[in-house]
Amino acid sequence: MTAPRSLILPRPLPLDSGQSLGHVEIAFETYGDLNAARDNAILVCHALTGDQHIASPHPVTGKPGWWERLVGEGKPIDTARHHVICANVIGSCMGSTGPATVADDGAPYAMRFPVVTIRDMVRALVALLDELGIARLHAVVGGSMGGMQALSLAANFPDRAARVLAIATTSRHSAQNIAFHELGRQAIMADPGWNGGDYYGAAEGPEKGLAVARMAAHITYLSEAGLTDKFGRRLQDREAKGFNFDAEFQVESYLRYQGLAFTDRFDANAYLYITRAMDYFDLAEEAGGSLAEAFRRSDARFCLVSFDTDWLYPTSESRHIVHALNAVAKPVSFVELSAPFGHDSFLLDVPELDRVVEGFLG
Amino acid sequence: MTALRPDLATILRRIEPGARVLDIGCGDGALMAALTAKDVDARGIEIDGGCVASCVAQGLSVVQGDADRDLAFYPDGAFDYAVLSQTLQTAARPDRMMQELLRVGRRAFVSFPNFAYWRMRWALLSRGRMPVTRHLPVSWYETDNIHHVTVRDFELLAEALGIAIERRWFFTRDREMPAGGANWRAEYALFEVSGGLPNP
Repeated sequence: MTAPRSLILPRPLPLDSGQSLGHVEIAFETYGDLNAARDNAILVCHALTGDQHIASPHPVTGKPGWWERLVGEGKPIDTARHHVICANVIGSCMGSTGPATVADDGAPYAMRFPVVTIRDMVRALVALLDELGIARLHAVVGGSMGGMQALSLAANFPDRAARVLAIATTSRHSAQNIAFHELGRQAIMADPGWNGGDYYGAAEGPEKGLAVARMAAHITYLSEAGLTDKFGRRLQDREAKGFNFDAEFQVESYLRYQGLAFTDRFDANAYLYITRAMDYFDLAEEAGGSLAEAFRRSDARFCLVSFDTDWLYPTSESRHIVHALNAVAKPVSFVELSAPFGHDSFLLDVPELDRVVEGFLG
Repeated sequence: MTALRPDLATILRRIEPGARVLDIGCGDGALMAALTAKDVDARGIEIDGGCVASCVAQGLSVVQGDADRDLAFYPDGAFDYAVLSQTLQTAARPDRMMQELLRVGRRAFVSFPNFAYWRMRWALLSRGRMPVTRHLPVSWYETDNIHHVTVRDFELLAEALGIAIERRWFFTRDREMPAGGANWRAEYALFEVSGGLPNP
């Protein structure tokens, strides 16, 4: 159904920092055929720790693609009618150029990799579209950090997408968002294995720090009700408290597992760079302080979706974007869906989301 | 497709293709779907998430929100028409809602159940209880309708706000009826209005 692909961008990529990145490789996957008019492409942007394997097994974990529920023949993002593209963002670690990539001098970039922004990631995606000969997308779609990219594409490349679907996302990272990311970064950098970012090829890297970062982040992806439903205060494999610091509660055991499993598939430096990109994200600031101005030149139809249990990017963030779009009279839909899973709802089984996605993409 | 309610069908007939319309409290999107089919650029606001999801699933542009609060976020004169069907009586301040309608829209269509309809009067007079009818179907304690209004009340409100009534239609048993004695004979009414004083 798909073949892993990658290409090298023909030109160096200019970055918001003022630097530029040469020899940029973009790893991506496509599903479904591009039609003759080349106007049925849907670009799906992945979240922080996501990848291009949207509807195909993850090469390391063997787990199904992260949006297999939504992407496929006859599914809401219908690969029988649409050409679906999903690319790994720059700065990540699944084949696109990032801190683990070997630089021109033969050593991995590590912390020499330039700090990138969400807009830089989008520039790379647009450069990929140029290489693929896709002038205008049927839609750009994303959840969480993917939603930031979708909004950034609409703002910075206003004629490149006819529809913009942004789910469980925000137009700027709040102080609380930045605080949680900083906690994760500090956990990584406090791990002796991090070694200033130079751990590639070493026997041990900052796995413990990365696991802690993931554990902290994971809590922000769930809702209190979801955690209580799933674990409550139940003990793990024991009848009584042991009066020690083992993973006594099921929720502890679950978090430790999530943290550890993450270190098998993700690079700690990539986590630093991508969280930094998200923290810098502020669409209004890019447009001189007005979010409405950011969207003025767009000719796309927009759809925003939030979830009532998402406290990481709560409904008020989506409403803020909707009001900005209204202020410049853009066609916009918005719905807050009810789901018990917190921020992670966009990845999980929420049938109402399927209906909205299918209806909006047409 | 089921037939549109007569007040909505009247609104549909009056709005020309190419117009920009904001349907406030658009419900399941029946009017918007009909307007869109007529090449009208229709947008909606609806408070019920399920209704919004089904509107979006039909390809309509609908924002989930509370008209009392969210209308303020729309720019002046953004629409040719604002539509408020059977919703005025649920507004926190119907007078301010009317001003908002004519701020975001050049003209507005407003329909509402007429509380002076003779069956209502009769129910109140004979039984001494708040009437429950086809157009006001729930008891006083659970209704969303917090500001009951009559045809005469609406006309006086328009006058007080300097709003011009362009046209009016009256309905009983879902059929249009002549205007004579509308205040006691009409089950519900539809007004097309324009103008208005600047907001205080």
